[in-house]
Amino acid sequence: MNAQKVLDAKGLACPMPIVKTKKAMNDIDSGEVLEVHATDAGAKADLAAWTKSGGHEILEQNEEDGVLKFWIKKG
Amino acid sequence: MEERKKTNIILFSGDYDKAMAAFIIANGAAAYDHDVTIFATFWGLNAFRKDEKMNVEKGKMEKMFGKMMPRGAENMGLSNMNFAGMGPKMIKKVMKKHQAMPLSDLIEMAQEQEVNMVACTMTMDLLGLQKEELIDGLEYGGVAAYLAEAEDGQVNLFI
Repeated sequence: MNAQKVLDAKGLACPMPIVKTKKAMNDIDSGEVLEVHATDAGAKADLAAWTKSGGHEILEQNEEDGVLKFWIKKG
Repeated sequence: MEERKKTNIILFSGDYDKAMAAFIIANGAAAYDHDVTIFATFWGLNAFRKDEKMNVEKGKMEKMFGKMMPRGAENMGLSNMNFAGMGPKMIKKVMKKHQAMPLSDLIEMAQEQEVNMVACTMTMDLLGLQKEELIDGLEYGGVAAYLAEAEDGQVNLFI
């Protein structure tokens, strides 16, 4: 999937994945996609809740070798 | 534009771990686009204390309080398993391993995210803490300042 920006949040603990995602989201325009990589197990629930609350949308997510990847479309 | 939601946290505790929880929630709420305010009162004020000794005029009691209380966030003890100061050393090691942010960094991050930090002036008087001894960027207020924010807050916590 084509992302306008990739955020590497691997190794970071709560609350940093959300804080960094929020910052990165400010750098892209509505309709564009942010790709987030995280290893914090809580990121799954956290990012899902955060995107919903902010009016964004998770287009796709997967998990590979312990790395969670999310593609979030800015609302 | 819809009105922003508000998160208000009273930090009463002077324990390192509880203050960590408070600042993690504050940073998370800021990332949620909430207007966030942390009101520090009683022992929670020590999280805002500078770690160096400041030269300020004080009475005997206030001087004693100043000596007995932790000077700054990184000198605070744990609410559990403090073991006369061994506990904080141990937990900081584990935090480093898991790349969790130390309390002082969480406070800095909160300031970067424009979290309002308010110090309660009445308890500052009781504990003999003066503005010069606290970090920069604080506001000063009392119960009304808290209630003004809390009455239309969506998240209100007492830690």
